[in-house]
Amino acid sequence: MIRTVAALVVALALSSLLITVTGGSPPAALQALVRGSLGDATALSLTLLYAAPLLLIAVGACVSARAGVFNIGQEGQVLVGALAGAAVGLRLAVPGPALVVVILLASAFAAGLWAWLSSLMHRLRGVDIVVSTLLMTFLAQQVVAFAVNTPWLLQESRLGRATVLPQTNKLPADALLGSIGHYPGLRVNAGLLTGAVLAILVAVVLARTRWGFRITLLGLNPRAAQHSGVRVGALGGVALAISGALAGLAGAVVLASPLSTNRLQPGTSLGIGWDGLLVALVARNRPLLAIPVAGLFAVLRSGGSFLAATGVPSYLVDVVKALLVLAFVAPPALKRWSSA
Amino acid sequence: MSLAGDIETVLSSGVRLAAPLAFAACGEYLAERAGTLNISVEAMMLGAAFGAVAVAGLTGSGIAGLLAGVLIGALIGLVHGVLAHGLAVNTFVVGLVLNALVLGLTSYLIATAAPLSRPPERWPLYSLLAIVPLTWWLVGRSRWGLELRAAGENPQAAAMTGIRVNLRRRQALLWCGALSGLGGAYLAVGEVGSFNQNMTAGRGYLVIAAVIFGGWRLARTLVGCALFGLADALRLALPALGVTLNSQLLISAPYLLALLAMLLFASRHNQPQALGRPFPRGGA
Repeated sequence: MIRTVAALVVALALSSLLITVTGGSPPAALQALVRGSLGDATALSLTLLYAAPLLLIAVGACVSARAGVFNIGQEGQVLVGALAGAAVGLRLAVPGPALVVVILLASAFAAGLWAWLSSLMHRLRGVDIVVSTLLMTFLAQQVVAFAVNTPWLLQESRLGRATVLPQTNKLPADALLGSIGHYPGLRVNAGLLTGAVLAILVAVVLARTRWGFRITLLGLNPRAAQHSGVRVGALGGVALAISGALAGLAGAVVLASPLSTNRLQPGTSLGIGWDGLLVALVARNRPLLAIPVAGLFAVLRSGGSFLAATGVPSYLVDVVKALLVLAFVAPPALKRWSSA
Repeated sequence: MSLAGDIETVLSSGVRLAAPLAFAACGEYLAERAGTLNISVEAMMLGAAFGAVAVAGLTGSGIAGLLAGVLIGALIGLVHGVLAHGLAVNTFVVGLVLNALVLGLTSYLIATAAPLSRPPERWPLYSLLAIVPLTWWLVGRSRWGLELRAAGENPQAAAMTGIRVNLRRRQALLWCGALSGLGGAYLAVGEVGSFNQNMTAGRGYLVIAAVIFGGWRLARTLVGCALFGLADALRLALPALGVTLNSQLLISAPYLLALLAMLLFASRHNQPQALGRPFPRGGA
């Protein structure tokens, strides 16, 4: 605990030093960060919007990591989810609000299947899961680029215009995630509720059910798991698929919420897959802990856009995020090392 | 333009696009043979590209820039090695964090500093003629390389015979950092002559794909780099030649080829047995 606090102080000191060296003012930057993320109802609404996909991805990453399967392909799985969501939302004639449910299910299914392919390659040919999930991220990016650049797939309709952009048509209104409840100025998107409910559900399942115990056992000692009757390969595959499915869900949430223009574009994922993975690392693979950490990372994302006004480039938040992860990952290792 | 001229243009730009990959691939090959699946090669290349342009701009010397790139790459390799093979933090976590950190840091610094540019100098390309045989000899023929490979194949047995597994892995990462740094520095100082935000744009991941595609053999890894460079050159040249070929397919070709190579030749590949697995202190 003391080590973690010390590491956090070091991370913040390094960030301040970086701002000072490049001629900025750390207090002004901090103020802009807070104002841009929590300052008023609009800022807070944006922060909550960002928190939803981050939380979904992180909860998924917790499930696979707890099973000892390290998935680092969330960025691609987010895109695959968004692609499936866009395809269903634009092509299926599902009436009324059922459409948004169908989109969420389709995105989770497609991305879950995409991630599960890595498990399949591992079981059939011994392909390393970390490597294949990473490589498949770059494939996913090109699949989405192909889909939105190809008129007979998902590219927007020409409608007599001279140029069409690499993006899909706008999703119909029924496909979008609405706000929950009515607060003056504040909008809480349904995506956040989905994320919070799933985080709690996953935490309970992991801690309290036989299935959750098997997952934990598999992660701690695969050989012991196998001897006690766990089908190691299959269970690892399921954990990987769940992790992919949650990342895909995050992709649909980005696509169907005001975070995007509600059109699928090559950049729809916003790099949020990488960030969600970092959230899980800081939360040390505990889904409930991922809730506040996702909130913190969302603050950095929404506040980051306010930094530019203080003369500090918004890339600062990327440095802070990486230092935060280091601050949470290094101390336990130091402890192990000094007691070994 | 004649067909021969077109082919020559594509080939020469292919070589130039492949060169930064080849430098880094020598380093990544060495690190992977020692058992580290090093994904921070992207950070090494990007950080070195930035440092090389900054130092070359300040001193006016391309050589100083390249040296700075090598040092920055080695520094990142040192940090990775200490965290992953000293403190036993998961190597992929370390790689992800370093990639995020270096991307954030270089983007931040280039946004606060005046952009520097200078004429590209291509001569460092020829140092590959020395680096490739040196890497081959180090890994395949030297005592140090034998210990390195032992650390990557069977760390328990290696430790039993007195080889300091984690030390060898750290040293391999240091080499990997220096060579990847040279690749990144060459990209910035040798080819482009300036630095722009995220200028390596995933080339580090291409290098990883090349080592996998090459089945953890140096010669085939370099063939992979050449192929990937050529695919990139084709993608850039085809529109001007009036040929339409799917650019998404060309961009994804390296990753597809790497995955296919693993799926098809898994049994014939000499993937290091302990690749990506940590070796805890105290053995077993």
